[in-house]
Amino acid sequence: MSGLPATQMGAPAPEGGALIVAPKGGGQRQRMTRGQSIARVAILVVVLGYLILPLFAMLEFSTRGDFGSRSLDAFAAILGKQDLIDSLTTTLQIAVLTVVGMLLLLVPTMVWTIVRVPRMRRVIEFLCLLPLAIPAIVLVVGIAPIYRFMGQNFGKIGASPLTLALIDIVLVLPFAYRAIDASLRSIDTATLADAARSLGAGWVGTIVQVIMPNIRAGILSASVLAIALVLGEYTISSLLSFNTLQVVIVVLGKQDPFISVAVSFSALIFGFVLLVVIARVGAARRTNRQVEEPAV
Amino acid sequence: MTDSNPNVASNGHGVAVAFQDMHRWYGPVHALNGLSIDIAPGELIALLGPSGCGKTTALRALGGLDDVDQGRILVDGKDITNVPTNKRNMGIVFQAYSLFPNMTARDNVAYGLRLRGIDAAARKRKADETLELVGLGQQAGRYPHQMSGGQQQRVALARALAIEPKVLLLDEPLSALDAKVRRQLREEIRRIQIMIGITTLFVTHDQEEALAMGDRVGVMSAGRLEQIGPPSELYDRPKTRFVAEFVGLTNRIAATAQGGTVNVLGMAVPLLEGSDQSGPVDALVRPENVRLTPTDDGDARVAAVSFLGSLCRAQVTLPDETLVVAQMSASDARGLYPGAAVRVSVEPAPVFAVAA
Repeated sequence: MSGLPATQMGAPAPEGGALIVAPKGGGQRQRMTRGQSIARVAILVVVLGYLILPLFAMLEFSTRGDFGSRSLDAFAAILGKQDLIDSLTTTLQIAVLTVVGMLLLLVPTMVWTIVRVPRMRRVIEFLCLLPLAIPAIVLVVGIAPIYRFMGQNFGKIGASPLTLALIDIVLVLPFAYRAIDASLRSIDTATLADAARSLGAGWVGTIVQVIMPNIRAGILSASVLAIALVLGEYTISSLLSFNTLQVVIVVLGKQDPFISVAVSFSALIFGFVLLVVIARVGAARRTNRQVEEPAV
Repeated sequence: MTDSNPNVASNGHGVAVAFQDMHRWYGPVHALNGLSIDIAPGELIALLGPSGCGKTTALRALGGLDDVDQGRILVDGKDITNVPTNKRNMGIVFQAYSLFPNMTARDNVAYGLRLRGIDAAARKRKADETLELVGLGQQAGRYPHQMSGGQQQRVALARALAIEPKVLLLDEPLSALDAKVRRQLREEIRRIQIMIGITTLFVTHDQEEALAMGDRVGVMSAGRLEQIGPPSELYDRPKTRFVAEFVGLTNRIAATAQGGTVNVLGMAVPLLEGSDQSGPVDALVRPENVRLTPTDDGDARVAAVSFLGSLCRAQVTLPDETLVVAQMSASDARGLYPGAAVRVSVEPAPVFAVAA
């Protein structure tokens, strides 16, 4: 097999092809110069500093005790603030509703678009990205009358802060669309859906049993982004006078800055841990499917 | 055009399928233009044609994956034109690898059975049996990414067969595979199809595949069925210019037609039905019907000789610079080499002729 400088033909593959063997010694790793190494470390330090320094400052501030001592009183006090606990509970409920609502709205719509009306894909993408271009204050001005109407006509449910999930679903669309779209593009969605339907699956079965398990990474990313958005959303909640976590933190900050910063710090750590847990769950499920034998 | 083949033996599992005057428009494109085909129970029909001729549209319409704007589809005498895909009980193998990546080969095959409410033990037994049928009994626990393309398409075939479909639809299932695997798999598909006796529609743009597999081959162009018939009939007696030019290798040799015959390279040969019958024409002559005789006073020259195993193919330049391809057995090709002088003649087999 002359004339194959980059690769060598290996053993015959089981079905008549040939396995490609990576050339030994080929593609030697470029040696980094000392200057490049220093620049790399410097960039890493600057980025980590940018991310960690505010967290460190928050931790330092929120653990200040009397006479220069350290204290966890601000963190302990969180548990005693009922309005804080209530707002956290409400915010988490909104987060769950937002994730569920976003997935129910987006996944079937995107799958249907790909399978049945692919020419509408651009339109759906444009609609989903639209909230990025609309300032929150404009959204509130537009949506406030609807909330007023719901409050007046749908009793407790209409006036509940949980209705914020409706607007949070809209706000998270641009990010969730991108995450799910990337996953849908990584599989042949249309063919998988056709195959499932030809075998007897309905649309719900096709989406739940075939499509969703194969875009789990995108769904997890979209969910994390939705949770992060809800945990950090302040403007709309405040303008619509709902007591969510961020609103209560701001109010609290005016009364007791130590507790306010402790809550903010805890919320950040909570979000980070959530992100890691979700990422690890996704990775663990992928690993379970790996088999050590090579593909043939 | 409607045609059927009552001579195909069925073991009783196959059902009759009929396309009746089907039309499908995609905007200004008339993808199916009055397509009518009758498929006998247990028959394998290969639909052949260039890209965009409507063959896949016809298959998808039968599978319920695409709608038709006009016409009817009958399966076993029942009109299924408006029956949704998931209620049609059709087994489909797609061109693209379509195994569910999150499921093992066994789970893929058992998926359709699960949807039919078959219990787990029976599902597993049936899935394993079907995988055994396609020669992958040992691979049941593997995921699609751990299998080669050929293996994936075998599993896809097993998955389609496991639900005991009324009709098997094969949408260019071999086109992503390399040549050797294609040949193996097409023979295997044909063996299984005959064994089960299932009515099958096979769509391909590969002539060799269509001619090798089909009980009958339908040639499509621009949404219409040009001709349908047994492979030998299609090859030897094309009825339209498109079929004559599309199926098999063909030489275009300038000739003169008159009174049902055409004079090609000094030989009067009969014209096929549908040919232009008079005046200057191009005779479409198969390479195996071109005869070369090495002789010093020959007025043609061999340009190149290709060795194809048991056969040889020689390119010859005629005095008017026309390039003609001749095909012969390797033993008959002795004495042919680039530059050799030859005399060219044709066999007296009927040919198709088109206006020059």
